[in-house]
Amino acid sequence: MAIENILLALFYALIFPGIWFLATYGMTLEWVDRKLGAVLQNRVGPPWYQPLADFIKLVSKEVIIPKACDNVMFRNLPYFAVAGVTAAMMMIPVWNGALFSFEGDLIAVIYLLTIPTATFFLAGWSSTSPYSAIGSMRVLTQLFAYEVPLMLALIGPAILAGSWNITAISEHFARHPAYMPAQLAGFLVALLALQGKLERLPFDIPHAKTEIVGGQFTEYTGRLLAFFNMAVSMEMVVGAALLNAVFLGGGLGLTGTGAFALFMLKTLGVVLLLVVLRVLMARIRIEQMINFCWQILAPLAMAQIVFDIFLRIKLG
Amino acid sequence: MSKINVPLGPQHPGLKEPINFGLVLEGEQVDKATVNLGYNHRGVEKAAEERTYIQDIYLIERVCGICSHSHTTCYITCVEEIAKAEIPERAKAIRVIVAELERVHSHLLWLGIAAYEIGFDTLFMYVWRDREHVLDCLELVAGNRVHYAINTLGGVRRDITPEIKAELLKRIDVLEARTKYYTTLATEETTVLARTQNVGVLPRDLAIKLGACGPTTRASGVARDVRKDEPYLIYDKLDFKLITADTCDVFGRVVVRVLETVESCKIIRQVLNYLPEGPISIKVPWKVPEGEAVNRYEAPRGEDIHYVKGNGTDKPERVKVRAPTLANYHAVPHMLQGGWMADVPLVIAAIDPCMSCSDRALVTDKAAASSAVWSWEEMRRNGIEFYRRRGVDFSKVTLK
Repeated sequence: MAIENILLALFYALIFPGIWFLATYGMTLEWVDRKLGAVLQNRVGPPWYQPLADFIKLVSKEVIIPKACDNVMFRNLPYFAVAGVTAAMMMIPVWNGALFSFEGDLIAVIYLLTIPTATFFLAGWSSTSPYSAIGSMRVLTQLFAYEVPLMLALIGPAILAGSWNITAISEHFARHPAYMPAQLAGFLVALLALQGKLERLPFDIPHAKTEIVGGQFTEYTGRLLAFFNMAVSMEMVVGAALLNAVFLGGGLGLTGTGAFALFMLKTLGVVLLLVVLRVLMARIRIEQMINFCWQILAPLAMAQIVFDIFLRIKLG
Repeated sequence: MSKINVPLGPQHPGLKEPINFGLVLEGEQVDKATVNLGYNHRGVEKAAEERTYIQDIYLIERVCGICSHSHTTCYITCVEEIAKAEIPERAKAIRVIVAELERVHSHLLWLGIAAYEIGFDTLFMYVWRDREHVLDCLELVAGNRVHYAINTLGGVRRDITPEIKAELLKRIDVLEARTKYYTTLATEETTVLARTQNVGVLPRDLAIKLGACGPTTRASGVARDVRKDEPYLIYDKLDFKLITADTCDVFGRVVVRVLETVESCKIIRQVLNYLPEGPISIKVPWKVPEGEAVNRYEAPRGEDIHYVKGNGTDKPERVKVRAPTLANYHAVPHMLQGGWMADVPLVIAAIDPCMSCSDRALVTDKAAASSAVWSWEEMRRNGIEFYRRRGVDFSKVTLK
C-alpha cells in the first residue's frame, strides 16, 4: 500500500497509529499497570492522569548533562528510541490490517524493537557514570538473554500460518481459532520474553533501583528522561499488539471499529497478565536470568516450534 | 576485565541511612569492599555528659528509631545499678512487653526492607501493612508509635490496663498468623530463594572471629543471645526458643528473624498473662552516687552494650554506647567479596544495619600508638583552632 498523499503519511506517522496514538494508549496502559499493581498490593494507586502529569512535569524540568559525556549522543538517543518503536508499530495490525504489510515484516518488527534497547545501552555508555556503565552492560546482557526466546516463540505461529507476514498470521488464526490454545507454551515464552524486553519485574535488572540507582537512565533528567519513559510505555503497546497479532488472532475476522475495539480489549488483557507477573515476583540476578532464558524458555519455544511443524504437516 | 570503583552511598536508593561502601567491581563481581562510617555522627555520647540522667533517657532513645527502647532500657538499667535501685516486678514485665513488641516491629520492618532490596515490592507492601498492627499495639501501650519513652529512672511511666491487655492479645494473634504466612513465603517462593540462598555467606568460625552478633551470627549457627546467656529483666522466668539456622547465608538470616518474631509473640502473651500486681516505678534520687556499670541487652539487631559512669552529681561522667551494628560491620566486607553486585544491597540489609546507632568517634594517634576520648574542653579548643586556621575571627571568644 503506497501512500501518495504527504498529509496522510504524516497523519499515520504522527497521529494514528503513530506517535500520538502510541503515547496516549501507552499512558493509559501505564496507568492500568500502576493502578492494578497498587490494588494487588493493597494500596490505592495513582489517578488516571498520573502518567500524563509525570510526563509534563519531567518535560518542564532542567536537563543536566554530565560534563564528560558525549553531548550529541546523550541528547538525541531518547528520540531514536521513540522513532524505533513508532516504526515497528506501522507493521502491526491495529484494526484488521496493518499500515505496511509485507512478507517478512515479522522479522522487521523484531529488528526495529531492538533499536530502543540499543539506545538504552548507548545512553548508559555515553553517560560516563559507574552506575550507568553497569546498567548499560546489563541491558546488552539481558538482550542476549531474552531476544532468542522471543524470536523463537514468534516463529512458531509463523510456521503454522506458513507466512512471515504478521497480518497473514493473525488472519490465519482468525480463520482457525482452534490453533490458538495449542500455542500456549509459545505464548508464555513470548510473555516472559516481553517482560524482559520491557525491563519490568522480575527482569528490571538494568535499571534496578536498589542496586544501581537508575542503571542506564541514572544521569538522565528532564525531557530526555520523559521521552525515554515515553518510549518504554510505547514499547509496551507495541509488544502487547505484537503478541495480540501473532498469538491471539488480531482482528478475529471483524473489520473497522469493531476490530479496533477488539484490539484494545486484547492488548489490555495482555497487559493485565504482565501486571500480574510484575506483582508476583522478586527481581532475579542477571546470570540467573540468562540461565532461565537459555535453559528453560528457549527449549520450550523450540518444543513449540516442533509441535507447530507437526501440526502444519499433519493438518495442513 | 578492568576493575571499576563504584561508591555505594552515602546517598543510594538501597540504603536507608548514609554510609559509604567503596566497592571494587570486576564486571558484575565484587572484588573488594571497604566500609566507611561517620556520616551519622551526632556527638550523642558527648551530649549525654552535659545533660541530667533523666534528660539522657530522652537523648539515648534518639540514638536509633527502631531500637530506641533497647538503648534506653540498657542505659537506665546501668544507672539503676549504680544507684542500687531495685525496680518493681511489674515495671520489669512492662519493659519486656515493650521490648518484645519492639523486636516484632523491627523484624517486620526489616522483612519489608529486605523484600524492597530484592525488588519484591509486593511483599514489602504487605509486611508494612501488617506492621501497622504492631505500631498500634505500641501506641496503646506507650502513647507513641516510635520512640516509646516508656522508661524512667526507677521503672516505667505508663501502666497496662486490662483493656490494653485484651487488645494486645487480639492483635498479637493476628500478627502471629501473618508472620507464619511470611515464613512460608520466604522459605518457598522461588525468586526469593534464588536471591537469598548462598548469598552473603558468613562461615561459623568467621562469624565468631569477627564478633558478629544478633541474627547475623545466629544464622551462622552460633547460639548467642543475651536473653539466654545473661538473662536480664524477667527473661530467666520466660519460656522461649533460641532460634538459630545453619545455612550461614541471607536465607538463614531471613528464617532466623521471622521465627524470632513468632517467638516474640509467644513471649508477649506469656508476660501479659504473668503481669504481677504492684507499682510501676519507685522513686530514685536524681543525684546518682559514684560508680560505674556495664549492661548488655539483646536488641533486635544483636548485642547492645552500655557503660555508664556516675560521679555523684545528676549528670553522668561518661556514657558509652556500643550498638550491635558496629560489631556486624566487620563481617560485611567478607560477605560481599566474591559475590555479585546485585547482592550487595541485600547483604548489607541482611545484617539489619542501623547506621544511626553505630557512629561513634575515637581519636587515634598512630605515632603515639594510643587512642583516647577527648574531653569537652579539648574538643571545643580543637574546633576553634580548626576554624581559626581557615580565617574565622575568634577574638571575642574566651576559652574556659
